[in-house]
Amino acid sequence: MHELPVINSILKVVLKHAVDNNVKKVMAVHLQVGELSDLEDKWMQQYFDHLAKGGIAEGAKLKIERTPVVMKCTECGHSYVADLKKDKKLMCPECGSGKNTLVSGREYFIKNLEAI
Amino acid sequence: MSDEIRLIEVKEDILADNTEMAKKLQEDLRKEKTFLLNLMASPGAGKTSLVIQTIRKLKEKLAIGVMEADIDSMVDAEKVAKEGVPAIQIRTGGFCHMDATMVKTGLDAMDIKNLDLVILENVGNLVCPAEFDTGAIKNAMILSVPEGDDKPLKYPLMFTVCHAMVINKIDYLGLSDFDVQKCKDHVLKLNPDIKIFEVSCRTGEGIDEWVEWLYDEVKTL
Repeated sequence: MHELPVINSILKVVLKHAVDNNVKKVMAVHLQVGELSDLEDKWMQQYFDHLAKGGIAEGAKLKIERTPVVMKCTECGHSYVADLKKDKKLMCPECGSGKNTLVSGREYFIKNLEAI
Repeated sequence: MSDEIRLIEVKEDILADNTEMAKKLQEDLRKEKTFLLNLMASPGAGKTSLVIQTIRKLKEKLAIGVMEADIDSMVDAEKVAKEGVPAIQIRTGGFCHMDATMVKTGLDAMDIKNLDLVILENVGNLVCPAEFDTGAIKNAMILSVPEGDDKPLKYPLMFTVCHAMVINKIDYLGLSDFDVQKCKDHVLKLNPDIKIFEVSCRTGEGIDEWVEWLYDEVKTL
């Protein structure tokens, strides 16, 4: 639903690094997107294509890797991967506590660029 | 230089700037002793109705301000201002959520030094507002009975980031197959610490419990 601002922020970061590295053309952008993001790869690419038109990132492919939801147990401090979409009680595999905080799973992390 | 493909390391999270700004904003709010509540819900769940009910119950005890965020129009701020509290309307101009920078702009336009509680009525949807920290001291969301008890399964992030959840329109329960216990079970599985209130903004049922929770939170800031 908020593809436009998200992709716009990604493009800004991409262009900043491309300019800093005297890049002629950005070929691909490696992204890590948290499992909690509702953005679909196909639409992210379409918005990117639209926003990048006419610049050095035009035509760049988004290579998207999904990163899992990681919770940290507030009782024992253990971190574990959770599947929030399954209707199952979240429990720490170490101590069984249901109390936790979200460590990661909502990020849009730009790992690196492939460029010439 | 040849046209060989180079790999350029970036390592930047696009939400990092917002998270940083939200952290700073929250520190400032704590210093000023101004409690910012970020209220989220779908369109029509009863955000403005809950804001108005809350103002009516608390305006003698707390200095309240309201920040209304909508893609367009002034209708919500006008409704709230009729209750005799300062209200500003932020038009997000197509943006589907409020981020920390927008909230800061709104707070700068309010006299927050003299306010105990600012309620941010976020843009109506269960997706985007959950992804962006606003700097609020607490997040709350409203789920109304006509929306269905399965929403925690569809929008887990929203239910994960909230400290309180208001089930509104409980006066409709008899007309609906909404199962309150099932809904609560779904939510508590995602977020065992969340406080859940069952209210009807129309009849006033359950509003006191919600207001009491909010008042205690403001007072213990």
